[in-house]
Amino acid sequence: MPVLEKFAQYDAEMQALIAEVEMISPSVVTTMGRRSFLKLAGLAGGGLVLAFNLDTRSAKAEMAATGDAANTELNAFVRIAPDNTVTVYSKGPEIGQGIKTAFGLIIAEELDADWKTVKVDQAAINPKVYGYQGAGGSTSIPRGWDQLRQAGATARAMLIAAAAKQWNVPVSECTASESTVIHTPSKRKLTYGELAKAAAAQPVPDVAKVPLKTRAEYKLLGKRYTGVDNLKVVTGQPLFGIDVTMPGMVYANYTKCPAVGGKVKSANLDEIKKMPGVLDAFVLEGTGSPAEVMPGVAIIAKTTWEAFKAKAALKVEWDESSASKDSLTQAAAKAKELGPNLPTPAVNIGDVDAAFAAGKVVEAAYDYAMVSHQQLEPEVTTGWWHDGTMELWTPSQQSDRGLGQVTKMLNLPEDKVIVHQTRAGGGFGRRLANDYMCEAAAIAMKVNAPVKLQWKREDDFAHDMFRVGGYHFLKGAVKDGKLTAFQQHLVTFSADGSRPVSGGARSNNSFPVDIAPNVRYAVSLMPLQIPCGPWRAPTDNTQMFVIGSFLHELSVAAECDHVTFLLDWLARPLAPPPSGGPPQDPSRTFNPTRAAGVVKLAAEKSGWGKKLPPGHGLGIAFGFSYGGHIAEAVELSVDAKKKITVHKITVAADIGPIINLSSAENQAQGGAIDGLSTAMGLEIGVEQGRIQETNFGDYPILRMRSAPPVEAHFIQSDFRPSGLGEPCLPPLAAALGNALFAATGERVRTMPFKRAGYTI
Amino acid sequence: MPFQLTINRKPRSVDAPADMPLLWVLRDVLDLKGAKYGCGIGACGACTVLMNGEAVRSCQIPVSAVKGNITTIEGLAEEGKLHPLQKAWIDLDVAQCGYCQGGQILSAASLLAKNPHPSDADINAAMTGNICRCATYNRIRAAIHQAAGDSATKEGGSHAGA
Repeated sequence: MPVLEKFAQYDAEMQALIAEVEMISPSVVTTMGRRSFLKLAGLAGGGLVLAFNLDTRSAKAEMAATGDAANTELNAFVRIAPDNTVTVYSKGPEIGQGIKTAFGLIIAEELDADWKTVKVDQAAINPKVYGYQGAGGSTSIPRGWDQLRQAGATARAMLIAAAAKQWNVPVSECTASESTVIHTPSKRKLTYGELAKAAAAQPVPDVAKVPLKTRAEYKLLGKRYTGVDNLKVVTGQPLFGIDVTMPGMVYANYTKCPAVGGKVKSANLDEIKKMPGVLDAFVLEGTGSPAEVMPGVAIIAKTTWEAFKAKAALKVEWDESSASKDSLTQAAAKAKELGPNLPTPAVNIGDVDAAFAAGKVVEAAYDYAMVSHQQLEPEVTTGWWHDGTMELWTPSQQSDRGLGQVTKMLNLPEDKVIVHQTRAGGGFGRRLANDYMCEAAAIAMKVNAPVKLQWKREDDFAHDMFRVGGYHFLKGAVKDGKLTAFQQHLVTFSADGSRPVSGGARSNNSFPVDIAPNVRYAVSLMPLQIPCGPWRAPTDNTQMFVIGSFLHELSVAAECDHVTFLLDWLARPLAPPPSGGPPQDPSRTFNPTRAAGVVKLAAEKSGWGKKLPPGHGLGIAFGFSYGGHIAEAVELSVDAKKKITVHKITVAADIGPIINLSSAENQAQGGAIDGLSTAMGLEIGVEQGRIQETNFGDYPILRMRSAPPVEAHFIQSDFRPSGLGEPCLPPLAAALGNALFAATGERVRTMPFKRAGYTI
Repeated sequence: MPFQLTINRKPRSVDAPADMPLLWVLRDVLDLKGAKYGCGIGACGACTVLMNGEAVRSCQIPVSAVKGNITTIEGLAEEGKLHPLQKAWIDLDVAQCGYCQGGQILSAASLLAKNPHPSDADINAAMTGNICRCATYNRIRAAIHQAAGDSATKEGGSHAGA
């Protein structure tokens, strides 16, 4: 298979990245549980500051950092100032998933802080102090849950101890509420601000001995809160990567070969340099990795517009000898040929053939297109090479990883790269990669000023890390209303010839291998030299369309009500988890009771089994994704021209306790509508290695007029919370297809549905 | 070339190429970052500003074609008093990433100025030029309705929601 070694390396990095962001093992949780806190002294103005003692090495780094007066607050998670302000540092990126507010709420809850005086600031990017600082796999909340609650509870204990000492009363007679400690018998009160200095003199209690609240004791969590940055958002204050500005800053754009892997042979640089506002133009050889810097031409100008205008006049002759020649129309034809020829199965459980012979058999072929992220803020990073230091301002989802990448790429000492996290205008997995950050750093090395690299929207289309397409050839059998056998042949793409590309594999995390008592699973691979990567709920976003739709086909064949069929299927005995691996955190694994709970709730809230208006169809699907148990129902009608009107989407979710109900509902609504948008109309074409779509004109992201009402319902279980950025997207496509079948009798087995003639 | 503009009720002189879109004049020359670059072809609405009260795509208007008063999201609140839409956006916690919301609010302001009590269909028609990639459409619709019914403007925005 003619695959560039660098390209295979790139894909391996993306696979590792997905594994890293998804990984939450109980060992991570226990380590958090044993964490203690450091009290930081020497702050200007006094007050109580708590930081985490991650391990000995980190603690030393932390102490060293606090010795530097300018950096004192950078590594603190909680700070209580004499003016009664509580400042919380959010270590992760805010990409629209709401963690900046949620992190503040979790700490404030255990601290018994007055939410009105809590301020949340973005923490510095310093993995030595904070550990993981990315946002991916819907893991920010589950990773932060213990750490943040303990930070709040520890600070609260120290404030109460300080008050008890001042009053000379037992700690047990004191309580705390709304940033005030109260001596219950005498009704005396002291504010946290008044106590902050004395609290800082108290010993830090052992976290194991500081009790955390039960859910019934929550005063803040579970209610609705508006986001902490909303005032800035609605008044247009600079928050995002694109809003960064500094004195003397210049603007850059970077042009790469439209077919990935192409190199610059020649370019009309002399002409470009003469254009109005253009300061410089130069070729970068790049590192050869799409995750870093591919070869291209940088244009530096006085304004973004002048850089864009010069880009339009740029003529590059590309050497495409190593560039992608991929064609997705050819790949589709190849996949159809491969489909019927089952290779040696990777999984073989039970006796599939015997079950096929004994039951009613259903066969179906499903496929789905490649799609793009297209977060609304195009890629951007500002870089400044000064005093032997590379300083970067970026809206990455993984700035910590980017810091390491830039350090390595520029071969700089570890402390000579500084990364500042900005708010991100959307992520959706695109910004787990840091190619734009690496490009900005490489360009800034050659520019004697701060330089903002701004991609055009067209660059975002041409150079995404796409959600890969795939083809599924399925065979299932039902007997007595039960699924007895399941065979899946996945035909997908590979960068290295040995495994599916990043985001293309069948997920064992979302649907356990033992989907039926008898299972056969096989994979065929086709070469692809287009960068692929994580896209909101990687693998689940396609797998659940295929499985969720096919399960409905099976229940129809079995002449069963689909909710009854699903509940029966979810209640089936599961094989014990494979031995030898790390123990599973029970809050992160598939739980049949939680699954049944959300299916019943979605059925109830969507009016399942009730008489629908004429022409309406109701469909339901279940998904287990990134720790969340989700069921979704879609009610729709279709006109004679195959135009769909979605009347209502119902989301039922069990992600454990809800932190901010407003944000949770928003994520559920957004996830479901993003699922609808993608299922209906989004598709990326590739011919001769070139992405065919260039802007929103040919990539119809769903708009207001087609956005249905979405109702979100939560089962607030006592499991540890999981995240909500991803899990509400995957079940939607199957619920949509199942509803369409109910309304029309036509089964859509392809995404986007527009391929089957449907519009919305 | 020098141009005299009126931005948020104040006169501003700028020196820019005549074909530079208003978006980049606002962002790179005047350092007003509220209007966002999203697509550059007038298809996403992130760059929306008001020109004499009418919602327009600032990426499509060369600075030489700017006539009258331009209101950006920074200038929608007058004398520190939030516009009812801004209040509703905060009260209903509309934003997710927030990138499109300045443009959404200005499109909604243009709608309410002409149609103080829009129906869902009116809202859909007026707002369909603004993409929200996070799909906060349910809340945008609700916030416009709330602002339309909010005749008595109260002070400031609330930190805590309902």
